[in-house]
Amino acid sequence: MTSSLTGAAFARRDFLKGGGALIIGFSLCGAVFGQEGVDFVAFAAGPDQPDLKQLDTWLAIHANNTATIFLGYVELGQGSSTALLQIAAEELDLNMNQVKSARLDTNWSPNQGATAASAAIARGGPRIRAAAAEARRALLTLASKRLNAPVDRLAVFNGMVSVVDNPTRTVAYGALLGDKPFHVPFTGTAPLKPVSAYKVVGTRVPRNDIPDKVSGKHVYIQHVRMAGMLHGRVVRPRGQSAYAAGAKVLNVDESSVRNFPNARIVRRRDFIGVVAPNEWDAIRAAEQLKVTWEVMPALPGNAGVYDQMRAAKTTDVILKESGDVEAALNGSAHVVSQTYRGPYQAHAPFGPACALARVSADSALVMCSTQNAYDTRGKLAAVLGMPVGKVRVQYYEGSGTFGRSCYDDAAQAAAILSQEVGKPVRIQFMRWDELGWDNYGPAHLADVRAGVDANGAVVAYEYRGWQHGWSTTESSQQLALGTPAGDSGDGTARQLNKLNLGSMYDIPNVRLVNHQLPGVSGYLKGANLRSPLDISFSFASEQTIDELAYLAGFDPYLFRQSNTTDSRWLGVLNAVAQAAGWTPRRAASNLSDANVVTGRGIAVGTHLSSYAAAIAEIEVDKHTGRIVAKRMYGALDAGLAVNAAFIENQISGMLVQATSRMLKEEVTFNNTNVTSLDWNSYPILRFEEYPEVTPIVVQRMDQKSSGAGEEALCSAAAAIANAFFDATGVRLREYPMTPKRVLAALGQAG
Amino acid sequence: MAEPAIRPVETRVLGIFFSSDRQFIVGSKGTWAIARRKQDSMAQLSIRVNERMWKIIATPDTPLLYVLSNELGLQGPRFGCGLAQCGSCSVLVEGIETRSCVTLVGSIGSKSVTTLEGLSSWFARQKGLSKVPALHPVQQAMIDEQALQCGYCYNGMIIKAAELLSKVSQPSEAQIRSAMNGHLCRCGTYPRITKAIQRASRMMPEVNK
Repeated sequence: MTSSLTGAAFARRDFLKGGGALIIGFSLCGAVFGQEGVDFVAFAAGPDQPDLKQLDTWLAIHANNTATIFLGYVELGQGSSTALLQIAAEELDLNMNQVKSARLDTNWSPNQGATAASAAIARGGPRIRAAAAEARRALLTLASKRLNAPVDRLAVFNGMVSVVDNPTRTVAYGALLGDKPFHVPFTGTAPLKPVSAYKVVGTRVPRNDIPDKVSGKHVYIQHVRMAGMLHGRVVRPRGQSAYAAGAKVLNVDESSVRNFPNARIVRRRDFIGVVAPNEWDAIRAAEQLKVTWEVMPALPGNAGVYDQMRAAKTTDVILKESGDVEAALNGSAHVVSQTYRGPYQAHAPFGPACALARVSADSALVMCSTQNAYDTRGKLAAVLGMPVGKVRVQYYEGSGTFGRSCYDDAAQAAAILSQEVGKPVRIQFMRWDELGWDNYGPAHLADVRAGVDANGAVVAYEYRGWQHGWSTTESSQQLALGTPAGDSGDGTARQLNKLNLGSMYDIPNVRLVNHQLPGVSGYLKGANLRSPLDISFSFASEQTIDELAYLAGFDPYLFRQSNTTDSRWLGVLNAVAQAAGWTPRRAASNLSDANVVTGRGIAVGTHLSSYAAAIAEIEVDKHTGRIVAKRMYGALDAGLAVNAAFIENQISGMLVQATSRMLKEEVTFNNTNVTSLDWNSYPILRFEEYPEVTPIVVQRMDQKSSGAGEEALCSAAAAIANAFFDATGVRLREYPMTPKRVLAALGQAG
Repeated sequence: MAEPAIRPVETRVLGIFFSSDRQFIVGSKGTWAIARRKQDSMAQLSIRVNERMWKIIATPDTPLLYVLSNELGLQGPRFGCGLAQCGSCSVLVEGIETRSCVTLVGSIGSKSVTTLEGLSSWFARQKGLSKVPALHPVQQAMIDEQALQCGYCYNGMIIKAAELLSKVSQPSEAQIRSAMNGHLCRCGTYPRITKAIQRASRMMPEVNK
């Protein structure tokens, strides 16, 4: 288990010797287990992370003429690990069979921050491209000497360098540098291949992770085992209370699990876990252990949360102010003024969080499915009381997380348990842990006022929004160390999104007011949930725009078209309308007395950097209140699409997930705790309910690549809301649009 | 003593409740107990998994999932909810899709269990093929359609689709949706799964030749 090799540089050299191959799976009495790829390495003093200014941090060339790319971003099922390799292969003039990526590991991977905010391609792509270009330049310099020809007379094909006018003189990358470091700085100054010369980027290369995922060979974090490990489970109240309240243990009745002699109860302050050699024993002991928790009526319950938000003492910031909103409203031909509500929603990964930890006196190895390995390492170091450099975090893919779900919490729980028992521990959250102790996408309250002139031009727009920020203390740390609940309230995605609130339209008078709630007392834990808050923003904002179109007597598509001049917004708007065969008419102009009525809606939206538009076609059963999304169209302009097939998959998924979030999903809680703890109490869209989907990628080879993993979500959700109005002539101003809310709204209208 | 055999879960689970010694699942086709909270004692059991006999030592009330994952080291069936609600842990028991998280290993007896790893062999036996294909047609179709995102739910999706095609070789879209309705996908890849099943179903007549 120990090795004389210490430190990141040595781990990397060890890695190179293996030709980049990761050892996953070994045979034990006929059984194959997932297994960590490298030996546990004790750390020596040294840099805490690979040097981003060294080319060797980014890639390695092997003797067999292949390359390993060290990606700082993780595969989450979005295909980015393939797409980033396309970028590397392109610049290196290798084919896709010659490139692979290394498992993300704080021992050898560059720290590129979180795989969030659709960053992998948008921010990771340029770095990988520059590093690959720099590597190519370094390799050609070596080749120039070897072949005795100037660099500008060299050509590369599949990693074979040849002299242009003498193709018999060749040398392979692998022969130039095989498995040895470059030892050159990463300057970022190497010339990049022109887009017009691209052969790999922009093509539909199949994803490299899919074959093993369908055969069962792919190693998810849930499959990884450590030698000598124990299985652990956390013991917590079923469903979290208010973030600041945490959970307080009054009594632990150890005799309640006397029938599990191999199970051991671990307690650190209010953190309680159970470990056992046998997983089923750990599960049963954790379930059976009698813990008396202090009952804390610290929550407002679903019914009271929006009133609590409105009444709260908030930090108010005007994020954007242009023109004179009040005067413009007064001068408008039509004005709308409405309040909108969006619920807490859960990340709800399909497989609950899982993590493994091996903690010794002076170092720790933690395997988990974090979207931000270096951030996770820092938090683990604090929990374990170790210097950051002594903690190593290794990424294994879990099920789709869609933001900061419970992966850090689980990683910390595994580390605490391992530190307490002195053995490796594998922990897996139960379904009720994952759904009950998530860092939810926060609830949102909005007051929107807007006005349109007699010609159909939107002249005034005011959006006031209330929400709290993101929790900064994971529950395991809070419970085990008594660390106070902290929150981060300002910053992108924690407050109103200027890019997604009216800014796609040419509106002269705009005011955006952010009412930041202190999100500690009286609220659930919050964090970034895919396209944070944007569904709530668009639900309010795009219904407002739709209402103005209706009042001004315009078709909602043509109204949007006439209120924007931005070619990229127009591009997605027109693309989606064309795909759906949109024929202009005013909304709610085809109302019917039938029991089941149909409607269509359109909306645009973004998260940070891309442009999306969506159309929804729905059915509403006026007797049952049930909405069925029949067909969804989504168009996304994410700049240069490195692999349009991956973006189509993302759009399709977003159309379905947006339907789920708009129609079904809501975290429920009473005054003491969250009560949506399984797939019945937190329902998501099912097979019988999914809409047919049509994804449209608007390819822009002349624009830089931007995010594609979240940007189409909010327009799809808002399109459903607008379709409901078209079908019924009634607006729903709170989601999810459940049968109960639909019936209430139709009843009021009738 | 083992619990009575658990019926394959083909139905939507409506609720779960506990009594002093049992956990009950309420489904639309009835209620059944899934676990005794009182321990059974360790026993040596033989189970047939992917046409191989395995001797294991476990309490008979251990859910099959944990035996497959921890004793046999199989990666197909995986934990998703432990409540038979999501389909993550599905296996075939005598060709019928079954939730291994609520199926007690002691209830399996001599029945044949097939996991994702053994699916192509099961298919070859079922169809009388002389050669075992590398993948079941549904698996291949999932690749051809590039259906997955995270792929965690695809164990259950593939198992259930294989079961469906073994019963109905040319299912309609409505039949696919109905059969698959007990399997959840958080990434929202349902439309592509349907396409993949349809693609696989088109390959079935060729296989039958």
